[in-house]
Amino acid sequence: MATETTHHVAMTLSDHLPVLAILVPFVAAPLCVLLGSRSLTWPITFLASAASFVTSFLLLLSVIDGGFISYHIGGWAPPLGIEYRVDAANAFVLFLVTGISTIVLPYARESVKSEIPERHHTLFYACFLLCLTGLLGVAVTGDAFNVFVFLEISSLSTYVLIAQGSYRDRRALTAAYDYLIMGTIGATFFVIGLGMLYMATGTLNMADLADRIADQGANRTVRAAFAFIVVGIGLKVAIYPLHLWLPNAYTYAPSAVTAFLAATATKVAVYVLMRFLFSVFQPSFLFEVNTLEFMIIPFAILAMFAASFIAIFQTDLKRLLAYSSIAQIGYMLLGIGLLNESGVAAAVAHLFNHGITKAVLFMGVGALVLRSGGSFFDRIEGMGKLMPWTSAAIVIGGLSLIGVPGTAGFLSKWLLVQGALEKGWWPIAILVVLSSLLAVIYVWRIVEAMYLRSPASDIEAKEAPLSMLVPIWIMAIACIYFGFATDITLTASHTAAQGLLAGPVGLH
Amino acid sequence: MNGEFTWDFIVGHMNYWLFIVLMMTGLYIVVAKGNLVKKIVGLNIFQTSVFMLYISMGKVTGGTAPIFPADMIIDPDVVYSNPLPHVLILTAIVVGIATTSLGLALIVRIREEFGTIEEHEILEIEKAIAAAENKLHGEAMGGRA
Repeated sequence: MATETTHHVAMTLSDHLPVLAILVPFVAAPLCVLLGSRSLTWPITFLASAASFVTSFLLLLSVIDGGFISYHIGGWAPPLGIEYRVDAANAFVLFLVTGISTIVLPYARESVKSEIPERHHTLFYACFLLCLTGLLGVAVTGDAFNVFVFLEISSLSTYVLIAQGSYRDRRALTAAYDYLIMGTIGATFFVIGLGMLYMATGTLNMADLADRIADQGANRTVRAAFAFIVVGIGLKVAIYPLHLWLPNAYTYAPSAVTAFLAATATKVAVYVLMRFLFSVFQPSFLFEVNTLEFMIIPFAILAMFAASFIAIFQTDLKRLLAYSSIAQIGYMLLGIGLLNESGVAAAVAHLFNHGITKAVLFMGVGALVLRSGGSFFDRIEGMGKLMPWTSAAIVIGGLSLIGVPGTAGFLSKWLLVQGALEKGWWPIAILVVLSSLLAVIYVWRIVEAMYLRSPASDIEAKEAPLSMLVPIWIMAIACIYFGFATDITLTASHTAAQGLLAGPVGLH
Repeated sequence: MNGEFTWDFIVGHMNYWLFIVLMMTGLYIVVAKGNLVKKIVGLNIFQTSVFMLYISMGKVTGGTAPIFPADMIIDPDVVYSNPLPHVLILTAIVVGIATTSLGLALIVRIREEFGTIEEHEILEIEKAIAAAENKLHGEAMGGRA
């Protein structure tokens, strides 16, 4: 047997980074349940998330200059084996998701204590870890069917997490149920699309798929697959007419869950959409360009206006922010639809910037809920005086949501306007600015309620506990930091956009 | 394409037609039925139709089960069916079961909290809650809401 070649190459720990980012939270979740100890659950969850965060940061550093890492699960080479593939685009998403979860967790401790009965905490954190695993897995994998599996892991745990809001408001249960029905229809559409792609190409590896689809030309099966996949992921992204699950889910979920999901779940779905639109299918696939121009862009613009408009008239702050999320997803989709480097870079940058912005806002709302007992406008009136730190952070988040220069939100909207102008579509650039004015209105409503009104007589609120304030302010400072130190986001999003737009070449 | 739309084509693709029929039946039940359990049943039919699509595409005409012979001597003339779609669908079945059980668990909790599993009754209760909420908070804000 001396002549047999060995396929086992000595690997160091750093070679296993792509799979470690997923495995650590994945193993920690059952560990929490098996140990069953309430005092150990939170530390384990936090450590697993932090370990994942460090891993993702190392991965981002090694691919930010445009390279990629291909990891073969179990040593089986792609296209037969499952491949994990990390490049600038998904390393950026991994960094965002793990970063948000690591910062939300210290915050969650206090918030969860007040919103969920003690005996459910172990299972809650286990679910949180599973959700994190799913989201990371979706981002890291280079295998199309693997995307579905991880998508379902994250979705199923998300339904459970949302339903935990039922201890505060029983409507969380119906919100979770509605999301379950719509999410499952979306995921099943996605699988039907994958099945059709497999029929037409005989492969499931994304790089391989891209090559073979390019050879197919105008194949009707491939077109049907494209439609199924876009609609399926569209439900997860909450593209405008498919957004109906989102407002209730975000409003009734526990505050910490809303902060985590709003900042990560839809963002990961946007990433998957980009991966499929640009890497697996290519812009040279004419059907796709038509879909983008005549379907995605109009719906994106509709979302920017309609959802912002609905947000203005909400009486519940959490619901207002949920509608604003739908509008912000519109900006990302618009960036994708522009199909040029600035546009796609804007989508990637907005994915990151909106993630941190919404994390501040929803965490701030959670702190208000903890102290004043509700997120309705009459409960938050006068909070600027009673909870000055929390309120100030919410204002910073609000400014970033509008896109005021000096905050993170400005950069991505600037890129978006630039992308539209490069294409010569100046009316779209004007629409972006106009819809931002709608954001000014609803953010002003929040500021007015918090600072210009006197608090309700029965509220004796004091400032939020330090364990909540610190995470809120880390995110608020990040909003400002990424508004000034723009070259980090710019470099990463431009590298990501180039990688995505290079099509299958970007996968080799 | 229309020229190929013959009797053989229709019969030869029987499982694909059935896949579409099942898929549409399931989707229709999810949308049209107001009972939450019936919705889950519809969702199940919808998901099962996809299993059928995958298993159909794995079939190779004249192919047998893709199992290694015990003596490990492989006859090059034997045609095997494609096992990959079957394996994929095993995963999808697991996902389907998890979704069903979670959906049913949610229904149990909804029944406990709302006392009904009919969608229109739940909507009415939720409407009443929302109206009461708006009244309460509207009064607190002195008509500024």
